[in-house]
Amino acid sequence: MATAFVEPSDAAKEPDTGAEAAATTSDMAAPKTQVVGEGERPSADGPSALHIRMKAVGEALLWPFVGIVGFLALWAVLAPQVDTSLGSLPGPAEVVEAGAALYSEYSAAMDAENAFYEQQDANNAAAIAAGNQAGVRNFDYAGPPTFLDQIFTSLQTVALGFLLATIFAVPIGLFAGLSTRFNSAINPLVQIMKPVSPLAWLPIVTMVISAMITSSDPLLPKAFVISALVVMLCSLWPTLINTAIGTSSIDKDLLNVGKVLRLGWFDKLTKLVLPASLPYIFTGMRLSLGVGWMVLIAAEMLAQNPGLGKFVWDEFQNGSSQSLARIMFAVIVIGLIGFMLDRIMMALQSLVSKNRTV
Amino acid sequence: MVIFRSISFDRRGVMAAMLASAALVGCSESPGGSGETVTAATIEGAVEKPNLTLGFIKLTDMAPLAIAKEKGFFAEEGLNVTLEPQANWKVLLDGVIGGQLDGAHMLAGQPIAATIGYGTKADLIAPLSLDLNGNAITLSNRVWEMIEPELPKMADGRPQHPISAEYLQPVVEEFEAQGKPFNMGMVFPVSTHNYELRYWLAAGGLNPGYYSDGDVQGVISADVKLSVTPPPQMPATLEAGTIEGYCVGEPWNQAAVFKGIGVPVITDDQIWNDNPEKVFGLREDFAEQYPATTAAMLRAIIRAQQWLDEDGGANRQEAVEILSRPNYVGADAEVIAASMTGVFTFEPGDTREAEGFNIFFDKYAGYPYYSDAIWYLTQMRRWGQIADDQTDQWYFDTAKAVYRPDLYLAAANGLVEEGVIPAESVPETDGFRGPQTGFIDGITYDGSKPNAYLGEFPIGLKQGQSVTASGVSDN
Repeated sequence: MATAFVEPSDAAKEPDTGAEAAATTSDMAAPKTQVVGEGERPSADGPSALHIRMKAVGEALLWPFVGIVGFLALWAVLAPQVDTSLGSLPGPAEVVEAGAALYSEYSAAMDAENAFYEQQDANNAAAIAAGNQAGVRNFDYAGPPTFLDQIFTSLQTVALGFLLATIFAVPIGLFAGLSTRFNSAINPLVQIMKPVSPLAWLPIVTMVISAMITSSDPLLPKAFVISALVVMLCSLWPTLINTAIGTSSIDKDLLNVGKVLRLGWFDKLTKLVLPASLPYIFTGMRLSLGVGWMVLIAAEMLAQNPGLGKFVWDEFQNGSSQSLARIMFAVIVIGLIGFMLDRIMMALQSLVSKNRTV
Repeated sequence: MVIFRSISFDRRGVMAAMLASAALVGCSESPGGSGETVTAATIEGAVEKPNLTLGFIKLTDMAPLAIAKEKGFFAEEGLNVTLEPQANWKVLLDGVIGGQLDGAHMLAGQPIAATIGYGTKADLIAPLSLDLNGNAITLSNRVWEMIEPELPKMADGRPQHPISAEYLQPVVEEFEAQGKPFNMGMVFPVSTHNYELRYWLAAGGLNPGYYSDGDVQGVISADVKLSVTPPPQMPATLEAGTIEGYCVGEPWNQAAVFKGIGVPVITDDQIWNDNPEKVFGLREDFAEQYPATTAAMLRAIIRAQQWLDEDGGANRQEAVEILSRPNYVGADAEVIAASMTGVFTFEPGDTREAEGFNIFFDKYAGYPYYSDAIWYLTQMRRWGQIADDQTDQWYFDTAKAVYRPDLYLAAANGLVEEGVIPAESVPETDGFRGPQTGFIDGITYDGSKPNAYLGEFPIGLKQGQSVTASGVSDN
């Protein structure tokens, strides 16, 4: 418990963040449970119960609604007054239009892709009919990536980076939590590496990956590997630190029971240490994923990995009258995806915590 | 007779061999302007690598690549090409060297600098020139207002062109008196833009600064300090006041006009009439390993170049529409059209005829002349990027290692035989353009005498001079 893996204040802070987040969650969920609770009890009263229930739902939705509408109104009023060299800042309506335009571009791209394959099949059939086997081509459609493709690439990149981060961070964290010496050995390194920005890692990762992947047709594109590795380097620290804290704060009685039972090293790890530190690990992973998603956009911009970051950068470079609205639409999508990822991790986290208390 | 042969097998096991003829690569003794006509490389066999990724920067002179794809010229050659925009010239260069990109829309200086080892060392070649002209120099509104009253005017009150940089001298002095540096932007240390901007400034008596071995900023003894900004960020950097002007390709000068943040003062066509611009660059080993693929790419690009200049520019409007798509140049169509359709807008209301502003095919625009490469080499030496004196022979050999008209001819002659392009559009030449006049300072450039040419500049390194941190010194 007393392992000085992180500064005392820091150590106190990490689980706090988790606790805080958990508190926020219950806050957010509170109105809902309330609704169900209140709705069920007076159900015998009939219409008035419905009334109360409606009121509660209304209450629960009202304030977020007010917040969003207020923000949109402020945005709509203020944006036109900001004059940039690309015209005035787009308001909500323009951004929605940009979203619609991106969708129609996507449909157009789908049509073009289908047309390409149809044409290719037709050509191939004609070539075979003419006995010209060499004329048969099986090309993949080489059109520009659509906005949806970019989202998909970004999700894949962050998934790979996050997976790598977890694979590295959890074992190291477990070991650090169990061994005070190992902990002291890596502590200074962790403290120095943790605050490094993805932008600083990028040139190093780029050069190393470029030197390592020499095949002209690698399994994964270089830019993809580079961004995923940068995501990993930046997002592995919260998981590592939380795992170490979780492992080091196992109840000593549990460990003593383990000694009495003469549990082997592996049993001790799987039966005692892992279950006890899982909530911490998941808190760390949730923080890691959040960091990873943020880092990803910057990494994609610089590594030129196809993805949302590159979309934003390309639009910035386009500098057309539509560019700002399209970038804002991308910003909203990035936010929504980040929110969604966080929710998924939170659900996993609460699932794990529940299992533990049972 | 130097013959190099490279044999490779593609997926279908088709063998392709390529023979380069005598007048070419590796002939260390052939003098410049020997009069010996460059002949085409012999290329046989089918396309070895049909799936290709080509890089480009969001500039209108990438048009031949976009057109070759959109008009189906790549597809007709059996190529499946992906075009990828790159963030800046450095990323693009690394992409080609690292193999993520099979080829790219490049600055003419890039394959030359890579081959001589200035910056990243790699063996790159330029088998095709993409266009002539296409750049301009833009000044901020503030500086324009300071020089505009001094400029000689035409009868209708508009400033007379070309505008010399000497009108900038009092402004630079004023900046100096206030203790502020006068900064201007260009896109890459070995870019055409850097050399054109330097040429214009030096022709007007302003020193744009020297490079030394240890200094890659190029601001030693500079009156005007130049710095690198990626093309699409130029207008924003100008607006932020970091620079007072820039030299860049289109549409970024017209963007300044449309956004009302700056005024283009001179086009590169006015600095050096019909100067060579971007090239299509790729790795030398790629061209050796995939000769038929290289030839197919070149044929498609040459057809696109012809399409762009066909019927006096009849297709330019369609080209503008294609380029304005977000995955290509992406700027508004009217901004792109302002320079692509035979006119060039200087100030709002001052749109002038500029027939030759973008030439892709006419005037042998695609042929990679050795003398063009030598001009870039002379400018690298003039400003200290090449630290030491070199012999004329070194200039010829370097140019011949990088610029590959033999590969261009192999592709172009095939198109002539098929009747796709007229025979007179492919020059019969020894690879030297002959003495070039048409420079703003009246100095004649003869590619066969690079060292003599360097001696003519009032500002610039001469034979025997080198640059240290404190300035130019005579050895």
